[in-house]
Amino acid sequence: MILSRKWVNDYVDVSDISDKEFADALTLSGSKVESYEKEGEFIKNIVVGKVNSLEKHPDSDHLWICKIDVGIEDELQIVTGAQNLKEGDIVPVALHKSVLADGTKITKGKLRGVESNGMLCSLGELGLTVNDFPYAIEDGIFVLGDDCDKTLGLDIQTAIGLNDTAVEFEITSNRVDCFSVIGLARETAATFKRELKINEPVVKSGHGDVNDMLKVNILDGEKCYRYTGAVVENVRVKESPRWLRERLRASGVRPISNIVDITNYVMLEYGQPMHAFDLRYLEGNTVNVRTAKNGETITTLDGEERTLNDSMLVIADENKPVAVAGIMGGEYSGIMDDTTTIVFESACFNGASVRRTAKALGMRTEASSRYEKELNPGACLNALKRALELVQLLDAGDVVNGIVDCCKKTKEQVSLDFDYNYINNFIGINLSEKEQIEILERLDFVVKDGRIYAPEFRNDIEHLADISEEVARFYGFHNIPNRELSGVANGKYTKKQKFENEVNSALISCGCSEAYTFSFISPKAYDRINLPKDSELRRSIVITNPLGEDTSVMRTTAIPSILDVLARNYKNRNEKAKLYEVATNYSPNGENELPDEYKRAVIGLYGDDYSYYTIKGIVEELCRVLRIDNYDVERVTDNPTFHPGRTAEFTVGGKRLAILGEVHPLVAENYGIGKRVYVAEFDIDTAFENSSDVHTHKPLPKFPATNRDLAFVCDKSIPVLSLKKAIQSAVGAVLEEVKLFDIYEGNQIEEGKKSVAFAIRMRAHDRTLTDEETDSAMKRVVKALSDMGISLRS
Amino acid sequence: MKEKLEQIRNAAKSALSSLESKNEIEEIRIKYLGKKGELTAILKQMGSLSAEERPIVGQLANEIRQDIENEIQNISEKLKEKELENRLKSETIDVTIPGEKIELGHVHPLTFVLNEIKEIFIGMGFDIAEGPEVEYDYYNFEALNIPKDHPARDTQDTFYINDNIVLRTQTSPVQIRVMEKTQPPIRIISPGRVYRSDAVDATHSPLFHQIEGLVVDKGITMADLKGTLETFAKRLYGENTQIRLRPHHFPFTEPSCEIDVTCFKCGGKGCPMCKGEGWIEILGGGMVHPKVLKNGGIDPEVYSGFAFGVGLERLTMFRFNIDDMRLLYENDLRFLGQF
Repeated sequence: MILSRKWVNDYVDVSDISDKEFADALTLSGSKVESYEKEGEFIKNIVVGKVNSLEKHPDSDHLWICKIDVGIEDELQIVTGAQNLKEGDIVPVALHKSVLADGTKITKGKLRGVESNGMLCSLGELGLTVNDFPYAIEDGIFVLGDDCDKTLGLDIQTAIGLNDTAVEFEITSNRVDCFSVIGLARETAATFKRELKINEPVVKSGHGDVNDMLKVNILDGEKCYRYTGAVVENVRVKESPRWLRERLRASGVRPISNIVDITNYVMLEYGQPMHAFDLRYLEGNTVNVRTAKNGETITTLDGEERTLNDSMLVIADENKPVAVAGIMGGEYSGIMDDTTTIVFESACFNGASVRRTAKALGMRTEASSRYEKELNPGACLNALKRALELVQLLDAGDVVNGIVDCCKKTKEQVSLDFDYNYINNFIGINLSEKEQIEILERLDFVVKDGRIYAPEFRNDIEHLADISEEVARFYGFHNIPNRELSGVANGKYTKKQKFENEVNSALISCGCSEAYTFSFISPKAYDRINLPKDSELRRSIVITNPLGEDTSVMRTTAIPSILDVLARNYKNRNEKAKLYEVATNYSPNGENELPDEYKRAVIGLYGDDYSYYTIKGIVEELCRVLRIDNYDVERVTDNPTFHPGRTAEFTVGGKRLAILGEVHPLVAENYGIGKRVYVAEFDIDTAFENSSDVHTHKPLPKFPATNRDLAFVCDKSIPVLSLKKAIQSAVGAVLEEVKLFDIYEGNQIEEGKKSVAFAIRMRAHDRTLTDEETDSAMKRVVKALSDMGISLRS
Repeated sequence: MKEKLEQIRNAAKSALSSLESKNEIEEIRIKYLGKKGELTAILKQMGSLSAEERPIVGQLANEIRQDIENEIQNISEKLKEKELENRLKSETIDVTIPGEKIELGHVHPLTFVLNEIKEIFIGMGFDIAEGPEVEYDYYNFEALNIPKDHPARDTQDTFYINDNIVLRTQTSPVQIRVMEKTQPPIRIISPGRVYRSDAVDATHSPLFHQIEGLVVDKGITMADLKGTLETFAKRLYGENTQIRLRPHHFPFTEPSCEIDVTCFKCGGKGCPMCKGEGWIEILGGGMVHPKVLKNGGIDPEVYSGFAFGVGLERLTMFRFNIDDMRLLYENDLRFLGQF
C-alpha cells in the first residue's frame, strides 16, 4: 500500500513531521514502512516562466530563440527545439545549474552560436506523463494550465503539485483495514497522539429514484454478504481535477477519467473496492449476484476471455456475467467515452471465495487482494456515498436519489472481558487501566462495564492476546523490559544427535568437506545412476506443483546428489574432490501417511591420488570412531550403480551398514566426470543401533609380544579377508593383531595365483609366551589354511 | 725419569691439541695411557728407582696421567660440540618451503553458523527438537492458526504432495509436535530444512533452513522473549549488539514482531550493508497464540509462551559476507575450502 502524505494530512495533520520521523514512528507502532519516495526528488532549480517572445533561430529551421520572464528583472534567453510554444505560454524553466527528474544537469551554453541560459521542460523531463496533465502534449514543452500556480519564478514542484511523498507500507494480512488512507490515518493519529478527523460523506439530493432503474438480487448469500448500488445519469466523462490526479499518482495509480478515477480514489481512501458499470449493458437493468455456470465465459477488462465454473461468483445481468465478483469487470460493461448512465457497485464478498477464484483464473487485482482478506460488509454504504459525493463535487454526472442495498450478512461485534492485569502480565509491563484504555480508544475500541468492544473494521480480534498486542505496540515494544529466562533447564543433545555430530566430525577429519544439496531431485536421476526400472528406490514422494522436473521428487537416495556435486567440481576444474553430506532421504508410505525420513551419509570422491581403498579406508575409520567393530565386508557384483569388481557392502547385525566402491564407468559418464569416481552410502540409523555404548580401555601390555610373518599362495580370486578370518580363529586367544603387509602377483608365483603375507602378533596378558605356544599357533594357522587349499609360500 | 715423564706429558698434550676427530682421541689414549702405552711403560721401570725417588716419581706419574686424562676429556667435549655444530649447520633447510598438506575436510558455512547457534541455546537450557520435512497440512498450517484459504498462505508458496501433505514451509510445525508430546516447561530450538516454491536466484532458494525456538511455561511474557533474543544476539554478534522489536503479524503468534539487530558491520551508524538503517532484520517471533497452545494440548489460561524463527542462510550470508545464496548449494570446493 502506497500512501500519499498529502492525502493523510486530510485526516490527521502531521505535515510538521519529517518523512524519516514519520516512517520510523509508524514502523515501530506496527505499520511497517518499506520505503518512501519524495516526488521529483532530484529536481533542482526549475521554476515557472513566461514566454515573452519567440523568434526563429537564424541558423536553424527548427530551433526557436525565446525570451523568458522568470520573475526577475532581466529576461532569460533560452533556445528550444519545441514546436508547441506561443507568446504568453507559462512553462517550466530549468535555469543554469538545474537538475531534471532523471538527474540530468542543465547548464548554460550555446546552441548553433546562440546563447541559451537553460532549458524549457517537457512533462517527461519533470518525471510526469500526460496522465498527470492530460491537456499537455507528450513531445513538446509542458504549457501550464489553469490548475497550476502561475506565479513567475515560483518553484515548479510547488506550482504543479509535484511535492508529495509516497510512503510504501507492508500491510500484513490481518490488517486489511490498513489497506486504506483512512486506516493508515488512524494508525498515524494513534502513533503521534493527534486528533483524527473523519468526515461522513454527504450526498446532496438529486432526482428520480434508483429503485426504478436498478434491481439487485443476491442468489448466493454465502459468497456475497452485501451488494449496494447507486445510479448516476448524464455522466460527463472528462479528466479529474489536479488534486485528485495528484493523489492517485502519489498512490501509484494512473489517473484515467473522472468516473474511473473516483472508483480508484474511493478504494484507496476507504479500502473498499468499487466498480462502475455502464447501465446500457446491464440487460433488464438487473444485477444478479450468482455463481457462474460451468463453462460460461466472460471477456474481462484486460481483454482476456475467461472460462468460469460453478465455484466462481459473478455479477450478472439477466443473461450474462458482466464481472467476476470482486476481481475484475467485463470488457463491454465498462465506462466508455459515450457512457451516459452508470451503476456504482460497492459490495462485500466472501474472502476465501474471491481468493480461490482469483487463483484459479490467475488474476490478482487491487480489488481481489483486498477482498480475499475478508472485508467488512458494514463499509459498503459509506464508500458508495463517498463516490456519489465525489461525483457531485467533480460535476461528473447527476446522482439519482437512493441506494439499492441488498444485505445477507452483517458482522457481529466482537467483545471480550477486559482485564488490564492479564495484558500487563502477558506483555511483562505495568500500565494502569486508564493508560491502556487511552491507547485502545485511539484505535476506536470501546471499553464499557468491564468489556472491550472491537471496532467493526477490525477482523483480527478474538482474544485478549490480540488486545495485548494493541497495547504493546503503542506502549512501544522497545519500552518492554528485557528479562533473562528464569528457572533451571538442562539443555542437551540427544544421544542420536551426538552420534550425528560424531559422524560429521569423523568425516571432516577424514578429509571430506561437507556439502548441502537439495532434497528433491529429478526422477531422471535414477536413470543416471543406472537404477533398474523395477527398483524400489524409484518409488518416491512426488511434488504435485514442482518448480520443474529437476526438483520434482523427494530423493530415496542421495547418491545422485553427491554425484551432481562431484560433477560440478569436475566441471569447474577442481582436480580432486572429497565431499560428503549427511543427507535425509524419503521413502513413501501409504497415500495419506508421511514418508519415512532417514539419514544417510553419502561420501563421494575423485582424484588421481584416490582409489577404492581410499573410500574404504574412510568408511573403516568411520566405523572405528563410531564404535562399530563387528561388521562384515562382502563383495557386491550386481549393483548397477557401481563397478561390479570394485564394490563392497558392509553389514552389521544382518543389516546393510554401507555400500561403497568405484562408481560404474557408465554412471561416471552420465555425470560427465572423466576420472574414476568413488562413492559410499553409509546408513546412520543402522550405525547408531550397532554402535557399542560401552567404551573401555585395554590395559597396556606388561609382557612382550611375539611376531611371526607368514606368506601364503592362493587363487587370485580368494578375498584376503577370508584368509585373515581363518588366521584369527586358528591363533585363538593369544592373537593380538593380524596385519596384511604384502600382496604379490608376478613371475615368481604361478599364473592365476597371488602371494599374501601377514604379520601376526601374539601376546598373553599374564605371561611371556613360550616358543612352543607360538610354534603350535603357527602350525594351526598353516593347517587351517591348507584345509582351505592354501599353501605356505616356500 | 722425571724428564721422560714430562716429555710424555708434553707429547700427549701436543698430540691432543692438533686433533680433528673424536676417533683419534682413543688412539692417543691407548698410545700414552693404555696397558702398553708409554706412561705405563715408564711406570714399569719404577722398580729401578730408589726408595726415596719412587714415591716422588709415582706421584708425578699419577699427576701426569690425571693431567692427560683431563685433557682428553676436555678435548673430546670440545670436539663433540664442534661436530654437533657442523651437523646442525649442514642440516639447515629452507623453512619457508610449505608444510606437508594435512587433508582435513571443511565444515559447510551453514553448519558452522548453526553449530554456534545450537551452542548458544543449549547454554540457555534449550533442547534440540526435530520434526518431519514432509508434513501434514494440519501441522504446517491449520494447527498454527492458518486455515485453508487464509491469505497468509500466499506469503508461503507451498509445495504440495497431496491435499493433506506438504513440504513444510516453516519449522513452526515442530512447535505443535513438541507441545503434543511434552508438558511445560518447554525450551527447545528446532533447526531444519523448509521449502517454498521460489525459483533459485541470488537471494531465493526453494529449499532453505530455519531455526525455530519455543518456550512455554507459567508466567512467560514478552519481556522473556526480548531478554532471550538479546542474549542470543549478543552471544552471536558481540556484547555491544542491541536488538529492536518491530510489531508484525504471524498467525501463530500474538503479539508478533520482527527483530532487528544493530548492524554488525557499522555498529548501527548506517552503512551499505544495512542500507543506511543501522539495523538488520534477522528474526521473527512473538507470544504463542492462545489457539496454537490449545492445538498443542496446552491450556492457555495456565501457560503462556514465546516462539521465534530465524533464517540460517540469512545469518550465514551476513556472517561471511556472501552475496549469492546459490554458492551455499553449489558445493564448489573453491568456495567450501574457505571455511
